[in-house]
Amino acid sequence: MSEKIVSTKVYIVIFIALLILTYVTYQIALIDLGWGNTIVALAIASSKALLVALYFMHVRYSSRLTWVVTAGGFFWLAIMIGFTLSDYLTRGWLTAAGGR
Amino acid sequence: MSDAHSVLAHHFDNLEQQREAGTLGMWIFLVTEVLFFGGLFTAYTIYRMLYPVAFADASLHLDTTLGAINTAVLICSSLTMALAVYGSQVGNRMLLILCLLLTIVLGAAFLGIKFTEYAHKFAEHLVPGSAFSYGKPELRQQAELFFSLYFAMTGLHALHMVIGVGILAVLVFQAWRGHFSPVYYAPVELTGLYWHFVDIVWIFLFPLLYLIGLHLGGASHV
Repeated sequence: MSEKIVSTKVYIVIFIALLILTYVTYQIALIDLGWGNTIVALAIASSKALLVALYFMHVRYSSRLTWVVTAGGFFWLAIMIGFTLSDYLTRGWLTAAGGR
Repeated sequence: MSDAHSVLAHHFDNLEQQREAGTLGMWIFLVTEVLFFGGLFTAYTIYRMLYPVAFADASLHLDTTLGAINTAVLICSSLTMALAVYGSQVGNRMLLILCLLLTIVLGAAFLGIKFTEYAHKFAEHLVPGSAFSYGKPELRQQAELFFSLYFAMTGLHALHMVIGVGILAVLVFQAWRGHFSPVYYAPVELTGLYWHFVDIVWIFLFPLLYLIGLHLGGASHV
């Protein structure tokens, strides 16, 4: 596990990167990209979350077991959102049996 | 408290194993938290998909400046928390205590700003319930749904912040009493994981709640 001590320099670089990404996400939100706005916002948020997890939360320096548990959490989240959407998005596709 | 013998629980072989188990346990708890918040994010995804116009319009009623300031405050608090963990790892007690106190101050600042935002929403009748009123009657119900999600998500997040500040206060007390050393600092490290997780939740809440209507130019602000 994180026996390794992360240097303060790494923390400060990540901190500055997070502030810059926050500024970027705000500026891009002002431009109309249609659904692209949501995609860019989520991409930036995910990058920020990844930076926090890898460096502030030391996942990068943690054991493989911790990697699996962490990734598993987000995998289950993807199942919850993905399967729920597969229901909502497809409700209009089929008519009830015999209903044509 | 500092020698390896006194901090090793008898059911672990060595400190390495004890530390590994602690981190793993905390991550498993955080996974349940991901799914806890995940339920709300799923609800948000569905309703945003069904009512994109109302959600974008309603989000224009949120104060983007305060939201952005709070994002910065929380990122600063994550830095001070990371530095507190560093302080405990290198055995610098003053750095540890100072950074824990700074984290508490930043956490309290976040909650203070959040409180101000909530107060504005009450004054503007944007809190779901019988007093809810919205400038555009045709979007009223769907906007109310947006604000229900806004209060549920930011409220649950704020509750986590309050709990986090409480835990940090206990850590300051323990650090002051000299409980932690480079051999034993698990409570600081694990509280750090919790604090950063709460930061990650906000990193998603900010763009999804505050920024979705901005590209409309704020023209539809009532």
